[in-house]
Amino acid sequence: MLGKLNWSAIPFDQPIVMIASGTVGAIIFLILALVTFKGWWPYLWREWITSVDHKRIGVMYMILALVMLVRGFSDAMMMRSQLALAAGGAAGYLPPEHYNQIFSAHGTIMIFFVAMPFVAGLMNFAVPLQLGVRDVAFPVLNSLSFWLTAAGVLLVNLSLVVGEFSRTGWLAYPPLSEIAFSPGVGVDYYLWSLQISGVGSLLSGINLTTTILKLRAPGMGYRRMPVFCWTALASNLLIVAAFPVLTATFAMLLLDRYCDFHFFTTELGGNAMMYINLIWLWGHPEVYILILPAFGVFSEVVATFSGKPLFGYRSMVMATMVICVLSFMVWLHHFFTMGAGANVNGFFGIMTMIIAVPTGVKIFNWLFTLYGGRIRFSVPLYWALGFMVTFVIGGMTGVLMAIPPADFVVHNSLFLIAHFHNTVIGGVVFGVMAGYTYWFPKAFGFKLNERIGKAIFWCWFFGFYGAFMPLYALGLMGATRRMQHYSNLDWQPFMLAALGGACLILLGIVLTVVQLVVSIRARHRNRVGADPWNGRTLEWSIPSPPPAWNFARLPVVVGTDAFWAMKQSPAGSGPGGEGAPLEALHLPRGNPTGVFTAFFAVITGFALIWHIWWMAALGLLGVLVVGLRQAWRTDSEVTVLVEEIVAFERRHAKQGVPA
Amino acid sequence: MNSVNQALPLPAELPLSFRGPAPVRTVAGFGFWLFLLSDIVIFGVLFAAYAVLSGETAGGPTGASLFDRKHVLIETACLLVSSVTCGFALLAAQRTEKLATYFWLAATFALGALFLSLEASEFSAMIANGAGPSRSAFLSAFFTLVGTHGLHVSAGLAWLFVMVLQIATLGFQPMVGRRLFCFALFWHALDIVWVGVFTIVYLGAR
Repeated sequence: MLGKLNWSAIPFDQPIVMIASGTVGAIIFLILALVTFKGWWPYLWREWITSVDHKRIGVMYMILALVMLVRGFSDAMMMRSQLALAAGGAAGYLPPEHYNQIFSAHGTIMIFFVAMPFVAGLMNFAVPLQLGVRDVAFPVLNSLSFWLTAAGVLLVNLSLVVGEFSRTGWLAYPPLSEIAFSPGVGVDYYLWSLQISGVGSLLSGINLTTTILKLRAPGMGYRRMPVFCWTALASNLLIVAAFPVLTATFAMLLLDRYCDFHFFTTELGGNAMMYINLIWLWGHPEVYILILPAFGVFSEVVATFSGKPLFGYRSMVMATMVICVLSFMVWLHHFFTMGAGANVNGFFGIMTMIIAVPTGVKIFNWLFTLYGGRIRFSVPLYWALGFMVTFVIGGMTGVLMAIPPADFVVHNSLFLIAHFHNTVIGGVVFGVMAGYTYWFPKAFGFKLNERIGKAIFWCWFFGFYGAFMPLYALGLMGATRRMQHYSNLDWQPFMLAALGGACLILLGIVLTVVQLVVSIRARHRNRVGADPWNGRTLEWSIPSPPPAWNFARLPVVVGTDAFWAMKQSPAGSGPGGEGAPLEALHLPRGNPTGVFTAFFAVITGFALIWHIWWMAALGLLGVLVVGLRQAWRTDSEVTVLVEEIVAFERRHAKQGVPA
Repeated sequence: MNSVNQALPLPAELPLSFRGPAPVRTVAGFGFWLFLLSDIVIFGVLFAAYAVLSGETAGGPTGASLFDRKHVLIETACLLVSSVTCGFALLAAQRTEKLATYFWLAATFALGALFLSLEASEFSAMIANGAGPSRSAFLSAFFTLVGTHGLHVSAGLAWLFVMVLQIATLGFQPMVGRRLFCFALFWHALDIVWVGVFTIVYLGAR
């Protein structure tokens, strides 16, 4: 009746897991109780859960990412503290089978459920505003994408309480991830949660690519698009081309595990190295899916806070698109040790060095943008400057490892761990934090506390160096990744230093929460107008927070940095198209299709993980019924009357706009 | 520039990329093209896996000993002709002729169903002869590649059925027209994939 599920799936004997999940459960219960008690459900349901407004969806993506950052970071703290203790004969406090789940969950969560949703959130929020349009191409699909991501998150977190998580690392290499060696439900949790959220990412990629290529304000030709939109375009093109590879590869592993197929098994002709090739054929573009939008944020931030147009707009766009193409030609550098031979390794080594060139071009463009600018040292620029220093170091260690013989020495060592955290923290995390601080006033109408913001930056900056520079050294001393304990006592001081760095990052994360609380409480004092940073692109031409329709009149674009050009023109700082009469607008109506589909997707996923076949069939039936219901919806739009728009504009004008 | 009236039609000689948001039909079609491309990437991966594993028969039957090319040729003919009938259905729908649209959609459905039943008979005969997907890596890759295409055809048939119901209940409104157009794109794409399957899997069998 319940497949493999029974009471033994709940780890009553593991106090750490039970206390952690009990605490999380209590917090969720308290939040739900508060929402119910205050009667907020109708508001939440109407304005957020069923919302198809790209700005709301973007914000929800970012909230999801911040919550999961806490989860992923607690895994990191456990690993760092375990390794600080488990030296010499000591065993530490985490048994190996638990430790293996922790590092697998850490990687999976940080990439798929922190970095991806954060980047997706920034793109969803900012891209349509920068393009000067009213929504994305397919608003209901957008809501579905978000809720499928949330469904994946739910399944991953469920694995903490019911059953176990994968112990096979964040990419679940076979043959270890095959049913013969991982008979538990851990790998199935991993596979189904990523399949479900992967569909969400793919649909979101299709949606944003269509938006950028087909929906732009009049006059916004390709060479007038803000650089963030260009990087979002490259990132979403990569999603469309790379995520199907992930889906197909996981599908093959699932067939191996569920239906006794032999794609990657050790018998009957299976080939595990094919999995590793395919997963990195997705995995390397994934790196650029995350970093390119971060590059876009830095481009906006550096130009804005230097008070200058971006240096070398065309070379920036070219570099972005070159990276987009080349990212598919370097995947083998993740496993030079496979033994493909000197020529193959040589090719991929050279390609890897070549892909560093456009990134170098970008660094120089940012430096030359700063040069001679009227620089304002605000929080987003702190992140951008910290990124430039840190990312260059990460890039250089990457080029070092691009040389196959050198890579053989440091392969799977802590040197590699230090390298990719160097680029992911120094690049993606710094980028999303810059974007979060930069666009926060646009989303909510007030600024985040500047002093705490700077403190957060310094915590992350020094915390990163404290946590990962020792790992470079440890890697060269021979320490490998994914080890639960070690006998060489010489390593322990470095491990303790790394723990210190991680604690500093922890302080940064705590301060992020403090900053939110402080800023929300002081919001009336920190109200800002449409253009708090003296911005250059169209999102700063409309009120903060923007109305549901973004632009009452579509702006008319005459050059790059469209809003800056408008501010320089004698007519003043309007969004353009002022002469046009207002017309009634048709906006997409709130729609529960996304959240209902995701609900049934969770049921299906959970049932498949535990082999509860009737429940899986029921879940799929639910998805089908919701889909058919959507196919017959004909009331998908609401009309915004001219009077409403006029009333909003009058109210906005009356509130006064502090500069 | 602030006096530019966006309600006025922009000059036709303006490059396409400057003309502002594209019409809904273009946007929907473009999005669906992107979806099809991503779907083709999935098939690309399955083709690659088949290419890698096609020699890994693990002492079991090879492709040459299993495949009946005449059988597959009939399958192919069904699917290719169904693409023609699907095209006629789309033309009839553009002329808003309900009866003709139903007729051509029914013909498409019948040919698709015939294709599927032929494929099912091939699969069941192979499994009955001990050449199921668990026998070897080659057969795993074969069943996955050809089966995924078959699954797409099944989904296409279900979609086709829904489209008939949509035309019957909602008539030829623009929304239904866009969906029918996307369905036709999907159906033709399955043909293209099948041409690859026929060439690489069946004609290329060793």
